[in-house]
Amino acid sequence: MRRFSKIAAVALVASLTLAGCGNDDNSSGSDSAEGCKGASGDGPKVGLAYDVGGRGDRSFNDSAWEGMQKAIDDLGATCTEAKAAAGENDTQREERLRTLAEQGFDPVVAIGFIYSPAAAKVAAEFPDTHFSVIDGYSQFLVGEKPLDNLVDLTFAEEQGSYLVGVAAALTTKAKHVGFVGGTHGDLIKKFEAGYEAGVKSVDPSIKIEVKYLTEDPNDGKVGFENPSGGKLAAEGQLDKGADVIYHAAGKSGNGVFEAVEAAGDGIWAIGVDSDQYQTAPAGQKEHILTSMLKRIDTAVFEYVKAVGDGQAPSGNVTYDLAGDGVGYSTSGGFVDDIKDQIDAAAEKIKSGEVKVPTAPAN
Amino acid sequence: MNPAKRIGLAVAAPVLAFAIAGIFASALLAVTGNDVAGFWDTMLTWPENRQLVNILNQTGILYLSGLAAAIGFRMNLFNIGVEGQYRIGTFVAAVVAGEAWLPGKANTLLAIVLAMVAGALWAGIAGLLRVTRGVSEVISTIMLNSIAGLLVGYLVAKVGVTTGVSTGTKTIPEESWVGGIQIFGDTPTELYGLVLLAIVAGVAFHVMLNNTTFGFNLRATGRSESAAVAAGVDVKRMVVTSMLLSGAVAGLIGMPVLFGQAHNYGTSFQLGIGFAGIAVALLGRNHPVGIALGALVFSFLAEQGNVLNILVGVSPDIVAVTQGIILLAVVIAYEFVRRYRLRLEQSSVAEQVAGPATEEAKA
Repeated sequence: MRRFSKIAAVALVASLTLAGCGNDDNSSGSDSAEGCKGASGDGPKVGLAYDVGGRGDRSFNDSAWEGMQKAIDDLGATCTEAKAAAGENDTQREERLRTLAEQGFDPVVAIGFIYSPAAAKVAAEFPDTHFSVIDGYSQFLVGEKPLDNLVDLTFAEEQGSYLVGVAAALTTKAKHVGFVGGTHGDLIKKFEAGYEAGVKSVDPSIKIEVKYLTEDPNDGKVGFENPSGGKLAAEGQLDKGADVIYHAAGKSGNGVFEAVEAAGDGIWAIGVDSDQYQTAPAGQKEHILTSMLKRIDTAVFEYVKAVGDGQAPSGNVTYDLAGDGVGYSTSGGFVDDIKDQIDAAAEKIKSGEVKVPTAPAN
Repeated sequence: MNPAKRIGLAVAAPVLAFAIAGIFASALLAVTGNDVAGFWDTMLTWPENRQLVNILNQTGILYLSGLAAAIGFRMNLFNIGVEGQYRIGTFVAAVVAGEAWLPGKANTLLAIVLAMVAGALWAGIAGLLRVTRGVSEVISTIMLNSIAGLLVGYLVAKVGVTTGVSTGTKTIPEESWVGGIQIFGDTPTELYGLVLLAIVAGVAFHVMLNNTTFGFNLRATGRSESAAVAAGVDVKRMVVTSMLLSGAVAGLIGMPVLFGQAHNYGTSFQLGIGFAGIAVALLGRNHPVGIALGALVFSFLAEQGNVLNILVGVSPDIVAVTQGIILLAVVIAYEFVRRYRLRLEQSSVAEQVAGPATEEAKA
């Protein structure tokens, strides 16, 4: 008995320890497989720090990589990528940024707001290196005096989400749509709020299903690295009668696409961050109505370029609809017939006539 | 057995374990197309001072987690719920300290005590379920982990303060922080003041185990429950008490970071230490010194994982697999050495028994 339980315990722990590993390589044939290894220019030397998961999500992280790829092609930039291990605290994140800075990388781009406290600390230690945090809030952490070498690159996700909400409302036949979010935190709530406002702006009677993959805001693994959970959530909403589902759940969104594809004709999914029509497998393409574009690629590219030109921004740069920092995609041509209405909504936001909420109504 | 042989055997197990782990890790790196030479070059380079500080910090945190797990393991009680108890404890401490009902360090002390109480109560649920309803503590603690995550997530959203896109508990007033200790001159990272709790807890664990009736009962129950019952040990009571103790120690895990670095409970909370603690306890064979060594090995690997990732291009996933390999290698090596020692002892006893008998026969 004793030995059995010991073996059982070891097996259990081993499985818990190893559960987080593997299946990073299932991103289907994008040109990013080589990563930084192919770059050999004499432009800026960029250090990229990802959160858990890294490249291969066809969404958030891959969008950042596209910006880096453009910097490699256009600016002759070189880079090194580092990604987080599961279960870190700020010390490890600081150490990652510090090591990159120490190795002479400038700028250091931290991908994910989780790096905000670490960047605020390390930027003060390396005044000659430029740091940026995608979605960051480090500007609130540095105290009275802002640091010249630190910038948060943030997005008006609610505006882009509003537009795909309009698209969903104009497409749904059942007057019933869905939203699948990753973790129930403030960032993803912005997507939900904008989407909801967009849907209601077309027809307040449309029903919206909302599901977050986890209520635990610390559990990014279950929220954003969980395609099977995404699939289950989408299936639940389809069973309830929704026929258009928008996801803001990173790699978990791939499960939403699977569920929608399996549900057949007339059922749609809306992608997020990248133009997900481009990277989806053939069968799923026919079901991706549009994608909410969050131009992380633009932000990364412009930032690297600015640092190369000696004009690095500091504080906060917000990418919104007016500056084409967010938007929607038209690949596949599924929204061609409603494009005018979506663009009209976009104009109202740009002119300030419509103010999109950043937190859900309820 | 002569002393030289005994020492040789004691050293053999860890040496064998690391040899096995080294071979398998190298093979894994080679198969996955990584730079094996670069891996070893980095692993065998003495870390910089600031990295040493990070390693010691993480060792202390993991050590507390390992101790929490070991208290249960010593009596065959598998508290897989250290993670949940750690989260509940840290959250309670963060809220209490953030509210600052008491001034200065009294606030800190109150928060730490309440973290232990909260961790103990959360673990106690599993203990009570076990003794009253016969629910396996493995199942109940795993479920309680999940509940703890959801509950704390919900409560943080309710009572939290939002900064940018991050919501956390109120920041603890500066007078209640526990400052760091500079141990290697001028490094950007400092040793968390409360990491010293690990040493206190380790000594307390050792004394409790070897110098108290409770410790004796704990070990006796672990060795054989029926024998313990026959000797008059109240096993049910032991189960609840050791779950409470285990949970109380789990409540301490988050304290060094909470009062030394994060100053609130929020999005940068470190997940997974509770699970890592189980591995560390197994690695250290539930021995106070062994757990410390296990925690040191895991922290060293985690810290080097970062350098490996950036300089050698080895994925952190591979480093995590290496930790798993070490764990398995240690278990295998100790079992191997244990059997070998058993055989040696048997043959030496056989010689002693056989020796006089043959002489008698000659006479």
